[in-house]
Amino acid sequence: MVTSIILSGTAMGCIYALIAVTYNVMFSASRVFSFTAGTLGMIGGVLGSLFIARMGLPVFVGFLLALAGGALLGIVTEIVAVRPVLKSLDQHLYVLSTLALALMIQQFTAIEWSTEPQPFPRLFDIARVEFDQQYWLPMLACAGVIVGLELLYRHTLIGHAFLAIAEDNYAARALGLPERQLRMTSFALAGVIGSLAGFAGGEMLLAFFANAPMLTFYGFVPVALGGMGNNRGAVVAGLLLGLFQQTANFLVGGIFASVAVFTVFIIVLLARPEGLVGSALQRRV
Amino acid sequence: MDTKITKTVSELRPAGANAPAPASAFATALPFLALLVIGIAFPLFGGGYWGVIATRACVYWVLVSGLNLVVGFAGQIAIGWVALLTLGAYTTSVLAAGNVLPALPPYLALAIAALVGAIFGLIVGLPALRLRTFYFAITTLGFATIVTQVALAWQSVTGGGVGVPGPIFPEPFSSQWGFYYFCFGLAAICTWMTANIAASRFGRALTAIRDAEVAAEASGIAKPALLGTVFLFSGAVAAVAGGLFASLQSYITPDAFTLDLSVLFFIAILIGGRSSILGPLLGTILLTVLPEFAAPLVAWSTFLYAVLLLVIVLAIPGGIAEMLDFKNRRPLESDRAIVPRPELVARLLDTAPDAGTLTLDQVALSFGGVRAIDGLDMEIRPGQVHGLIGPNGSGKTTTLNVISGYYAPQHGAVRLNGAALPALTRHQRAHMRIARTFQTPRIVGSASVLENVMIGGTIYGRATFVESLLSLPRHRRDEAMLRKTAMLALESVGLERLAAVRADRLQHAELRFIEIARGLMLRPSFLLLDEPAAGLSAEEIARLSTLLLAIARAGTGVLLVEHHPDLIFDICHHITVLNLGKTLAAGTPAEIRSHREVVNAYLGG
Repeated sequence: MVTSIILSGTAMGCIYALIAVTYNVMFSASRVFSFTAGTLGMIGGVLGSLFIARMGLPVFVGFLLALAGGALLGIVTEIVAVRPVLKSLDQHLYVLSTLALALMIQQFTAIEWSTEPQPFPRLFDIARVEFDQQYWLPMLACAGVIVGLELLYRHTLIGHAFLAIAEDNYAARALGLPERQLRMTSFALAGVIGSLAGFAGGEMLLAFFANAPMLTFYGFVPVALGGMGNNRGAVVAGLLLGLFQQTANFLVGGIFASVAVFTVFIIVLLARPEGLVGSALQRRV
Repeated sequence: MDTKITKTVSELRPAGANAPAPASAFATALPFLALLVIGIAFPLFGGGYWGVIATRACVYWVLVSGLNLVVGFAGQIAIGWVALLTLGAYTTSVLAAGNVLPALPPYLALAIAALVGAIFGLIVGLPALRLRTFYFAITTLGFATIVTQVALAWQSVTGGGVGVPGPIFPEPFSSQWGFYYFCFGLAAICTWMTANIAASRFGRALTAIRDAEVAAEASGIAKPALLGTVFLFSGAVAAVAGGLFASLQSYITPDAFTLDLSVLFFIAILIGGRSSILGPLLGTILLTVLPEFAAPLVAWSTFLYAVLLLVIVLAIPGGIAEMLDFKNRRPLESDRAIVPRPELVARLLDTAPDAGTLTLDQVALSFGGVRAIDGLDMEIRPGQVHGLIGPNGSGKTTTLNVISGYYAPQHGAVRLNGAALPALTRHQRAHMRIARTFQTPRIVGSASVLENVMIGGTIYGRATFVESLLSLPRHRRDEAMLRKTAMLALESVGLERLAAVRADRLQHAELRFIEIARGLMLRPSFLLLDEPAAGLSAEEIARLSTLLLAIARAGTGVLLVEHHPDLIFDICHHITVLNLGKTLAAGTPAEIRSHREVVNAYLGG
């Protein structure tokens, strides 16, 4: 029993962490939190189910297509909902524009796909009960993304450029970095990570349009607690969230688990608005 | 030319400035009266089904009217307000059905729901005091999800997925049209109440918090108290709407309260436009009715709302309200001049008390390793203009921010007549009659010039929120007083002709004078000016100096942070020169002018 709580908690935590990383990648490139983060996760599951279960494509092809779909949505987010409002960042119009886009994608999915949760196909034909693929796939995806991002940021030129943009947008532009292309690439990358989260967690979450607001909320919790833009903080906070939620789920039931998560989230945020590890002081006058 | 100007003046004179202008007030009320008449007469031509739609629009508006103060006025992105509708619907239904307690009369149940809604409105809203936009939006979203889940799970009370019957209001409101009139009446009352708030110091303070938070604080507006009150009100009316909604549906299950509904409420406000009552009202009607005209589109309605939201945000951020704002389309004169009337300043400031002196005593403050101010002594006396000059980065604005409570000095103290001012209590400074302006003018762009100036006098209002809600006599006296004083302040700085114009249509120099007028509304003992002459023409600077001298002559101590040596040497009684956070020199203009180091380092010799 304890094993299954730990397994499912860690797996859910990995999915939340991946969505949190999705938020962070978009945030680093644009200083914008996007409501489409959870939507990307949802779309990863739906596209996986569509390509593999419904259209019968090979698993690997379906996987690549799902990620490509996520990348495309990431780019659409940047063009439609982020770029037009970047000029007036202080008016926070991005909250509304990304919300609008997220709702559009979510409603489109509900109508054109299904309003009911649809099954996600089993990807590999291995039968092991204790450590099932529905648990290790998200963990593998999360580990892969974290390692991949570290390598990207530390060892590649484009990774350095991403960091430069995240650190100081103006200085980076003054150095001649192609800010717009880098931002679009970041959003495409975020799209891939988000849809990977949904794809890897497909068996746990199913292909369901309402996963979008759920992931948008639970994926943001690690961002807020781990400090914005901080991927390591996000992974730690994501795993804690997953374990806490599954434990509470088991001990007091699903509803009160949500209430508990929400309450803890609010209390921590009120006590430390900058997150558990972050520190932010900004000059206002 | 002359006649044209006179005409413009009479056109621009706001309602009730000096003499009430009933025509303008009537024009504002006209759309509401038209809607009132249509609403009352509706049963004459509406069929049974349209009656349900009309009732629904009324119920939605009861909620949206309150949410409008949160979203449209205070600018808080509360997207999960359906949670309070759910809460109100279940509280009313459960109490009226007697699931837990003996069954209560529906009106009492509705009143209790309002109370519960107010409390939860406050709980959901409070994080807004600490959290920034996206965070707050996410917490309301999370709350909305959880309330539905609780409704689903708490079967013994809410009936779980099976649901509970909604309350039935007794005669004369039990029939379809009877219930319609009940909802319509409440909707009309909500319209009236929120319109009262919108036109009160509370409404102006909310928009100030939204668009110019630091200016709101400097004007003595306490954000926690104000937002808290608004969340209480907004939660209460949302819960009442929930009770009505339950009665209209006649049976409620958790499915009825989807996030789509929340989106509808939220978008109705944005389509309507911020700082408007009429806009969101039309937006609510539009969004309720629209799907009925296009039956095949019903499934797509939320998708269409989202598209509308995107279009509004990207193309017409002002919403319906801005499209209907014809009077601000008229071109302004292009070559208008600011002609202050310093002789009026004494009339405006005549009640300012003698507050003693404002002293800085060995104040020091560093940011990281940078010593922004390093042991600064200064004394600002009433009736004098004190100049604070120095190169960029010498600590001038930081000094001003320490005095007005934005930074806590790490060493030393700021004293008013000997008593140390508590640090970091920004909105308290206004109560001590310390007013300030900002390096970049902090103005509510969507409000009129007059309203912007009235914000400065917020602390002199006596009416409570409830009195303003119901437009009781004290509220009306407050408004008349603030309007009159603000008009006088505008005349003093020479902008009275622009009183009714939207502030974001003005030129930069005019915004600087608006800020001074707003500061004068406090009848300040001390007025702190942060580079008021930046961006002004030579002629405007000359007018500014006569204005500042008049302000000092009326007894106010003026602290002038400036870069223009002419202005400083012309009007200052005393000058402090800063360099790297330390006093380089202090004395009369003549002494400073001949101070060798100052001339070398700063003035150029």
